[in-house]
Amino acid sequence: MTARMDRKFADVASEGRPVLVTYFMGGDPDFETSLSIMKALPKAGADVIELGMPFSDPMADGPAIQLAGQRSLKGGQTLAKTLEIARRFREEDQRTPIVLMGYYNPIYIYGVDRFLTAALDAGIDGLIVVDLPPEMDDELCIPALQKGISFIRLATPTTDDRRLPKVLENTSGFVYYVSMNGITGSALPDPSLIAGAVERIKTHTKLPVCVGFGVKTAEHARAIGASADGVVVGTAIVNQIASSLTEEGKATDATVPGVEALVRGLSAGVRSARLAAAE
Amino acid sequence: MNEAPKLNSFRAGPDEDGRFGIFGGRFVAETLMPLILDLQDEWDKAKNDPAFKAELDNLGAHYIGRPSPLYFAERLTAELGGAKIYFKREELNHTGSHKINNCIGQILLAKRMGKTRIIAETGAGQHGVASATVAARFGLPCVVYMGATDVERQAPNVFRMKLLGAEVKPVTAGNGTLKDAMNEALRDWVTNVDNTYYLIGTAAGPHPYPEMVRDFQAVIGQEAKDQMLAAEGRLPDLVVAAVGGGSNAIGIFHSFLDDEDVKIVGVEAGGKGLEGDEHCASITAGSPGVLHGNRTYLLQDGDGQIKEGHSISAGLDYPGIGPEHSWLNDVGRVEYVPIMDHEALEAFQVLTRLEGIIPALEPSHALAEVIKRAPKMGKDEIILMNLSGRGDKDIFTVGKILGMGL
Ligand SMILES: Cc1ncc(COP(=O)(O)O)c(C=O)c1O
Repeated sequence: MTARMDRKFADVASEGRPVLVTYFMGGDPDFETSLSIMKALPKAGADVIELGMPFSDPMADGPAIQLAGQRSLKGGQTLAKTLEIARRFREEDQRTPIVLMGYYNPIYIYGVDRFLTAALDAGIDGLIVVDLPPEMDDELCIPALQKGISFIRLATPTTDDRRLPKVLENTSGFVYYVSMNGITGSALPDPSLIAGAVERIKTHTKLPVCVGFGVKTAEHARAIGASADGVVVGTAIVNQIASSLTEEGKATDATVPGVEALVRGLSAGVRSARLAAAE
Repeated sequence: MNEAPKLNSFRAGPDEDGRFGIFGGRFVAETLMPLILDLQDEWDKAKNDPAFKAELDNLGAHYIGRPSPLYFAERLTAELGGAKIYFKREELNHTGSHKINNCIGQILLAKRMGKTRIIAETGAGQHGVASATVAARFGLPCVVYMGATDVERQAPNVFRMKLLGAEVKPVTAGNGTLKDAMNEALRDWVTNVDNTYYLIGTAAGPHPYPEMVRDFQAVIGQEAKDQMLAAEGRLPDLVVAAVGGGSNAIGIFHSFLDDEDVKIVGVEAGGKGLEGDEHCASITAGSPGVLHGNRTYLLQDGDGQIKEGHSISAGLDYPGIGPEHSWLNDVGRVEYVPIMDHEALEAFQVLTRLEGIIPALEPSHALAEVIKRAPKMGKDEIILMNLSGRGDKDIFTVGKILGMGL
């Protein structure tokens, strides 16, 4: 539902702070723990949730998210189960937008129409599908938009002014600016460079611009949030989960509280971000 | 020269979006989109540039050793007692396989684009060796991603790459085979977009790679056609090649696609049999899906997760296939069949003993199919097979299986 996303961005903007977008991998390390993590995120201060759909060949992801996907698949996760996590979350929370993030093949195999119907039913608001550039919009983007599900596109440092209009054309919800050329989990570049890029994108669109890839600490969140409409944190959360597991990769009592504590800190970071901008 | 293109041609693809029917396309991360569009521009210019063609031909003749011979396998033909068997001897090329044809073409493009660093993925190591070779020849640093399992079973090629100055990076993700190496090469490419050229080793990946690699390999079929006409005064009745990603196969097939009387067969790795998961027969036992930039037949489960294939031959150990093959299968122009590990192993030994040619395990699959079909064909019929590589790299694998102490 596009409306829930737009409302959330408007509400948070009226608080005078950037949006905190949190990513985790659905089914990591198991279905129930993953559902508990998802329920804990908004309570700890997350505004938007990116729910990762595991894929055997995550070409744009670094080691941390690759391993999370492997743990999830090993635990028996499937696309249907990831949708089920969202549906169970929605029973309790009707306000937090959910964006599914992953790769195209599991969706293609599930069947695009069947997937979109199931996603709407599960309360999904948006999709990020890494390997579907605008050239492939007929596959999923256009059908999703027709059903009222946002299609959120990544813009990267290689997306120059010539290409940006094409990338933005069918984008809705928000624009996800990838802070560097590379895979998830790399180091964060200089925030001032990112601010320049956000400004550049904003001359082409009225959509909110969220920045991700490399944001790991409250301090990062604060620095990036000074210029961006939102901050996306993924690998740091996935690493937090990984560090709480037993050697066999099973959840422990520390798994959910660890994520809560991390997200609470990140949330404090975005809540002081505009102060950072004013400094 | 300005003939209108034949409407019913099997050689017209891909369309401008890189599609062969529903197959192909450009399924890549946004970071890579500008790069593959640049590559396409450069390729469109280069393929119509006489200077580019001249340089390619010159290196083909003096560096690779083209044209490769067309060889009549007299003793094998007599032994099987049916169709006349000819080999297109790509195994005599510099570096020992057809892979060099593509590498020379792509490194010339990389130079034109001002790229200063080459990356490649490799399975058997033949493409890695060919990439390291052209990188040495043109003075560019080269990083080769290779699955850790393959690093082990193709040790001689790892050593060759290192001697040639390339850095070989073992990939431990997944099963540590070709698909994992390709994932890692793509990760390198999104990280080093400014200076790096990704030299893909087969006719797969996002557009324009499948078309471009095919065009660099099509020289195999063009030469073979002329050579066959010179030798026999007619075209072959059957053309056979092994299919991993599909580059040697499309290379020899392409010139014959519109010759209706020529039957064409692609041979996939049947591994230990199609019943379980231990094979790499993407077309015979897979279904269409999206991986590594293109839609094509893949080995996958019901949730769209890609499976790890198995083949005795590291070069066929890929759970996908080039998109043009998927299309040629669906339109019925080419027939794809599996050959099991043990059949390939048997064929390997037959050729070694009867013709004094040690073939690579990949074309040994094609040969096993030829051995099945030739006796059922008439003595006046002709088979053309692509002998895509030599077996030096495989003698340790084969020796181990046959229990010879090496
Ligand atoms: C000799 C030889 N033939 C065939 C192949 C399979 O690749 P393709 O299907 O692209 O020709 C390989 C791959 O390593 C090879 O080394």
